[in-house]
Amino acid sequence: MSFKSISHLKSLLDQNKISIKEIAETYIKRIKEKKELNIFIYFNEDKIHEQVKEIEKLPNDKTLKGIPIAVKDLFCTAKMPTTAASKILENFKPTYESFVTQKLVDQGSMFVGKTNLDEFAMGSATNTSYFGNTINPLSKNDNPLAPGGSSGGSAAAVAADLCLGATGTDTGGSIRQPASFCGVVGIKPTYGLCSRWGIAAFASSLDQAGVFSKNVTDASILLEEIAGHDQRDSTSSNVQIPSFSKNLDPSLEGKVIGIPKEYNIDGTSDEINGVWEDAIKSLEKKGAKIKHISLPHTKYALPTYYIIAPAEASSNLARYDGVKYGFRASDAKSLDDMYELTRSEGFGKEVKRRILIGTYVLSAGYYDAYYIKAQKVRKLIANDFVEVFSDCDLILTPTAPSAAFPLNEKQDDPIKMYLNDVFTVPASLAGIPGISIPYGNDKQGLPLGIQFLSKHYHEQEIFNAAFALEKDYE
Amino acid sequence: MKLDTNTINKIAKLARIRLSEEEAKDLLKDMNSILDWVEQLNEVNTDSVKPLANISSSILPQRKDEAKDINSSDEILKNSPDKLEGYFAVPKVVE
Repeated sequence: MSFKSISHLKSLLDQNKISIKEIAETYIKRIKEKKELNIFIYFNEDKIHEQVKEIEKLPNDKTLKGIPIAVKDLFCTAKMPTTAASKILENFKPTYESFVTQKLVDQGSMFVGKTNLDEFAMGSATNTSYFGNTINPLSKNDNPLAPGGSSGGSAAAVAADLCLGATGTDTGGSIRQPASFCGVVGIKPTYGLCSRWGIAAFASSLDQAGVFSKNVTDASILLEEIAGHDQRDSTSSNVQIPSFSKNLDPSLEGKVIGIPKEYNIDGTSDEINGVWEDAIKSLEKKGAKIKHISLPHTKYALPTYYIIAPAEASSNLARYDGVKYGFRASDAKSLDDMYELTRSEGFGKEVKRRILIGTYVLSAGYYDAYYIKAQKVRKLIANDFVEVFSDCDLILTPTAPSAAFPLNEKQDDPIKMYLNDVFTVPASLAGIPGISIPYGNDKQGLPLGIQFLSKHYHEQEIFNAAFALEKDYE
Repeated sequence: MKLDTNTINKIAKLARIRLSEEEAKDLLKDMNSILDWVEQLNEVNTDSVKPLANISSSILPQRKDEAKDINSSDEILKNSPDKLEGYFAVPKVVE
């Protein structure tokens, strides 16, 4: 049996054409069949059957009753372990549920498992995980491809039909880039729209939860459920959450869509620039007004990000000391020894690299030159967007400079890897919402993604435009 | 070259991460190239710009600072690699 979307499965449930138990069995079977893709860090049939019993008791008006959802293993879940794809959190069993996953549980979601990611969400290919690479389900046999990252497992789970929605987190592009690589929809809402409570912290001024889905309507259904104010996250905003799905409106008449010239960069494939052109033409046909704009500080976004994010990470990851939870090195003689050995054995290479960079840019004598400088440039990048949005409703850009790349592609140059996020990082620094939707394919048939951005809290604007553009490929 | 082996080892000590010689050598190369790359921010004039720490455009609400007793110390201690009589246990600090 195939389920096209959340709405489709809901209607089957409403007509009693399928039971919660049958949904569970269908997805368990599929996940087992796709085991070799290494999409899940945690998968346990018994846990799914336990949920079935609970979900069956819920009233039928629960929005997500029986909907199979995969959870990025960065969200703390009370009934499943949480690792952040790191050895240092191996065997960690949270005593509480994250805000976002609690909201999903309350609406009757069925969690099918915890998905793979880059260790502590640091990466763009899901290849820094302690639990091994995830393989992009769109790969041909002889050429395994990366699913993107850091939320690569969640994007892959949706693409491989192992769930109908998945949670992700996006710090510099970790939802939008894997969505693009796997040919699914991925939205990072405005910073503060979803509570960070219970999400293992990477870079707190940038981290934001969001969702993956098979289409724009499903993304809007999921986002309205996980958004909302939470007292336990001091940056969680207290704004009214609209009913994104009920308000969906594909009419673009009179909308002004900005095309930033700085997103024309060397190294982007002609095919990607081609689908960007196609999308612009299509939007014009649908009644939108295209405006060529400039975001002059775009080229400084990546270096700014690679100061601020490691700085915050070095502080956030100080808590992993081998005392309270997770891994502890076994042969330490003194307390200092224990800290150093635990962190040395418990963290992977990319995480250590970022902790050390962060420690350096925050250290005495370098703080002003690196960290404060980066915070100032961040202000200029945010101002670029404020200025442009004074006469634009939306911005349209490609999501990533390439389609999914081969898993075994050499990745010994960290800066080259960081360039994957060139189109997604500026919006993260500005805290504005962004969505990636699949739009066309390259010559090999791999999906390409297109990204809409808008002002703070204008998710509805983004959903509407994406909903309109999505129809070109239906 | 911004960093040398001594600086790397000093930073590693601050971050409580022990590096092997091999690791230190690798990281030195990567970190120097990353630091050279981020230097381009110096091209930007930021003389009259205030550093941005919080990007949120809404007014963040405050809450009352109240303690809540969730009485879960047993459960929390279950996650600890070593514990003793209701406490986290670590290697001896004072002889």
